[in-house]
Amino acid sequence: MTETAQDTVKEAATTPLTMDALEPTLPARSQWRDVWDQFKHHRGAMFGAGFFVFILLFVTVGPLLWHIDATYIDIRARNQGPSWGHPFGTDQLGRDIFARMMAGGQISMAVGMTAMLLSLFLGTAIGVMAGYFKWLDGLLMRFTDLFLALPLLPLLLVIILLFRERLNAMFGPEGGIFILMVFAIGITSWMNTARIVRGDVLALKEREFILAARSIGTKPRRMITRHVLPNVMSPIMVSATLGIATAIITESALSFLGLGFPPDFPTWGRLLNDGTDYLQQYPERVIWPGLAISLTVLSINYLGDGLRDALDPRIRGR
Amino acid sequence: MLNFTIRRMVISIPTLLFISLVIFLLLELAPGDPMAQVPLTVPAEVKEKMREALGLGQPIHIRYVKWLNQFFVIEPLNLIDYYAGTGFAEGKLRVISWQTRSPVMDIVVQRMPQTLWVVGMAYIIGVLIALPIGIISAYRQYSIFDQAGTFISMVGFSVPPFFSGVLVIVIFAVNLGWFPSIYNTLHVVNDWPSFVVQLKQMVMPVMVLALQTTAQVSRYMRASMLDNLGQDFTRTARAKGLRESQVVMVHVLRNSMIPVVTVIALGVPAVFGGAIITEQVFKVNGIGQLLITAIQANDLPMVLTLTFIFAILIVVFNLIADILYGLLDPRIRYD
Repeated sequence: MTETAQDTVKEAATTPLTMDALEPTLPARSQWRDVWDQFKHHRGAMFGAGFFVFILLFVTVGPLLWHIDATYIDIRARNQGPSWGHPFGTDQLGRDIFARMMAGGQISMAVGMTAMLLSLFLGTAIGVMAGYFKWLDGLLMRFTDLFLALPLLPLLLVIILLFRERLNAMFGPEGGIFILMVFAIGITSWMNTARIVRGDVLALKEREFILAARSIGTKPRRMITRHVLPNVMSPIMVSATLGIATAIITESALSFLGLGFPPDFPTWGRLLNDGTDYLQQYPERVIWPGLAISLTVLSINYLGDGLRDALDPRIRGR
Repeated sequence: MLNFTIRRMVISIPTLLFISLVIFLLLELAPGDPMAQVPLTVPAEVKEKMREALGLGQPIHIRYVKWLNQFFVIEPLNLIDYYAGTGFAEGKLRVISWQTRSPVMDIVVQRMPQTLWVVGMAYIIGVLIALPIGIISAYRQYSIFDQAGTFISMVGFSVPPFFSGVLVIVIFAVNLGWFPSIYNTLHVVNDWPSFVVQLKQMVMPVMVLALQTTAQVSRYMRASMLDNLGQDFTRTARAKGLRESQVVMVHVLRNSMIPVVTVIALGVPAVFGGAIITEQVFKVNGIGQLLITAIQANDLPMVLTLTFIFAILIVVFNLIADILYGLLDPRIRYD
């Protein structure tokens, strides 16, 4: 009884509103809906996203489904070609390359993502500080320039050489090198993010809504978290995708030069390096990890490209 | 402009000093000991003498200043001595490698030609390929050529040199047998057949390095051309009846080259860095390979000097890029 009464009241209340000529004909759309609509039209980006998800599933869910462990040695079945039991064949110790690819991808992806998060955090923090606080700007930007002038790959090699033993002693062989890798890649790749974010923050500071927020007495900390950060999210997201790509390449390069993870922990770069010893007899051992690195990075680059287009309101809707 | 150039050069000196300090302090933390391979039968006091002979055993700041002196004063003096036959640097201690016990700079000078030949050649070829690709892609935007060019540059970005290098070895050296997979630095070019051999062994490393350069430069070239093709002055040039070739090759291209030239200048030190991996793949014993072996052998003076040379390259080419930008673009005034 009461329900129907309420319904009639509601209906009575809503009817005049729908009659109103000022009511928009289309339902309200969120910003992310617009971004997605634009993103969908970028064919390369959709392929990239699809392949990236596929690789993620391959390295996370794959090992749960596949029956052979990556470190299981079957010396009698060494150097085998592709078969149903071993789709990518086996290596010189009889370990299944398919399983090693999954395990290697897990480490490569984990290093890439964590290093990207670290460099993103550093870059955003320094960029926002430099853009928002005028007295910090000169100092922080000179600091960024200094980092940009450092020869990064040689320094990375040196850092890893110097601290490997010490961190291995502290966190064990796998944990130590993981922390070292992430840390080294993170602190040598934040500069571009910082520069882009600073530029955007500087432009943002001149806008009216920032002035309005300041005039009602918003504290700087609240200002940054509430008004500045959400508005610089799009360049941060784009540099996040590109950051994963560079981090994966750097990790593989270091592993390839023999300064990465110990041999028991395969990564894609390490597998490639191991494969070069058997280049003439078994070229496929180099091709699989190399293809995995290249395709992952390619898909991430396309993803970033599409994301940049989709997040740019000037391009969107065209 | 001259004012700006001088100011920038003055600023780059503290930058370089700071970088050298950072690298020096980082290497101070190294656990390696140059006396580790000396036999145990050598008495302790002799070892101490040897240590001092290598310039060790003094406080950090003294060693840092000494190294600066060696790098910036004694090494250039040696260079002058070498060319002019004078004796300025006689009896002065140079930067000594722990591996070979010979001056670091001598080894660097030995390795430099290989790197310059392979890397320099690759960079020039990469740029020469990239420029026309960028121009045509922009002029025929969204055509099949443009799509293919964009895709190839995307691939060039994404495929790391340690894979593309190994891939071309598999294809051209193992399967087809056209080129040797290892770069022979002892090869002497004195007649036509030996020149052909030299060319053959350079093809693959140059190809790998050039792919990366092409990918980057052609993207910048395309973007820059697209910017200028839509400008008013381009329409004016067409409207006053200039030939299409003149519009594109003179009015648009000259303006588009401004940012591209600076990108090319900025890319030079990065190529030296990237060559570390390519040299490792093709066993070219150039600068990059020298750095890797020095790192593996814990040869700290060598690592310090090489890393610092890379830093100097970066700073110098940044300076060149800035100056070029000011010279080429009259709209930019640094004063």
